[in-house]
Amino acid sequence: MVSVLKRSLAIITLLIIGYWLAQGLAGVPFGQDKMLVGHYYLDHVKEQTGAVNAVTAIVVNYRGFDTLGEVTVLFIASTGVGALLWERKKRRTAKTEGSIVLTTGTRLLVPFVMLFGAYIFIHGHLTPGGGFPGGATIATAFLLLYMAFTMYEIPHKAFEKTEGLVGMGYVIVGLIGLAIGGYFLFDWIWQTWGWGHDNIGRLFSGGFIPIIYILIGLKVGTELSGIIDNMLKEGVKE
Amino acid sequence: MSVPNISAFYFGAISLILIGLYAVLVKKNILKMLIGLSIMETGVNLLLISIGYISGKSAPILSEGIEPNQAVDPIPQALVLTAIVIGVATTAMTLSAAIVLYKHYGTLNVEEIRRLRG
Amino acid sequence: MNCVTCIDYIIIGVMILSAVFAVEWRDLLAAAVGMAAVSLFASILFLILQAPDVAMTEAAIGAALSGAILIFAIKRTQRFETEEEERPGWWIRW
Repeated sequence: MVSVLKRSLAIITLLIIGYWLAQGLAGVPFGQDKMLVGHYYLDHVKEQTGAVNAVTAIVVNYRGFDTLGEVTVLFIASTGVGALLWERKKRRTAKTEGSIVLTTGTRLLVPFVMLFGAYIFIHGHLTPGGGFPGGATIATAFLLLYMAFTMYEIPHKAFEKTEGLVGMGYVIVGLIGLAIGGYFLFDWIWQTWGWGHDNIGRLFSGGFIPIIYILIGLKVGTELSGIIDNMLKEGVKE
Repeated sequence: MSVPNISAFYFGAISLILIGLYAVLVKKNILKMLIGLSIMETGVNLLLISIGYISGKSAPILSEGIEPNQAVDPIPQALVLTAIVIGVATTAMTLSAAIVLYKHYGTLNVEEIRRLRG
Repeated sequence: MNCVTCIDYIIIGVMILSAVFAVEWRDLLAAAVGMAAVSLFASILFLILQAPDVAMTEAAIGAALSGAILIFAIKRTQRFETEEEERPGWWIRW
């Protein structure tokens, strides 16, 4: 009886909250132009950053410091998973090998999935995508390997080193900008050196956006693979 | 009390938020509460993107033939893009906290956990 | 109402339905699949709302990685939600 009472009380509360939310959103018309600062970004994105994709330009260039913070949060969450699930000795516990369809399909598909992920984060300033979905795609390839083979493990040492170097590389790119242009994450390749001004819309343009997105893609891929590895392995008693 | 006239996308986003909140309020299983939180997160992302949409305009990729005044608002998309990745990492962290709780107490029921502790 | 915009309503309806199932199913494995379905339909809606970047991210992360991580957690804990002491009402007793 208590459960029913609690459930109906919750439903009444939710209906009140929902009515209030809908009342507030009725004043925000759907599908009309409500941009304020967005117009500035869209008008100046090509000559200020050299990127065709405005979303990428905002994530990496206009709000690059914000993205550095997000990458830090990702790193802390990955470390937290590792610390919470720490055991003295960890091992894969899967007993049966994947079926023939899964193993053969994995052998065939993994290189192409990784290539696709790399394509996504290298062309982040031209096509939809960027470092975050590209890194997630690469992590999906490692997930496929874990599913198919019982004894597979990611190369831990190489992954940890890559993670650290890549995170340091992001800060170093920002510090070079500080030295050249006067503020952190200044786009020195585009604004000081002026590389690629005549081929906007092709691969070699966009200032430091491809460099930073390659770094972010590697970082996201290695950290999500590390999370998968930590959650899949269980501790064993001696 | 009149029914507010809102778009279908707003309706879907608000429904997802309310369904997730219902799971967090009523359910007793920790994993079910985390599923509810994840659904809530999807709803909030959908709400942000649908606020930034402008009808009849195309995606903010200014390749040949797309002028700057023909694109939708890019700022909510930039926000949501990073929020999704951070969301899955924090979800993984809460799930590993749930695994540790299960190892310690042998149950996932939040009321049982409270009872065993005090 | 012409049926060009019908597809929006259909996708939103199926998305809400799978969210309700994801919350109400007692089998947590099925609930994880329901959550992945919510993410997948939300990704189609992002594509309709002209946000291809967000749609790609949501499809790669919400539908694949988040479901996989949840399934690993279920594997290390328990699969079924325990029965409550009170009998639930007829509308949610699956």
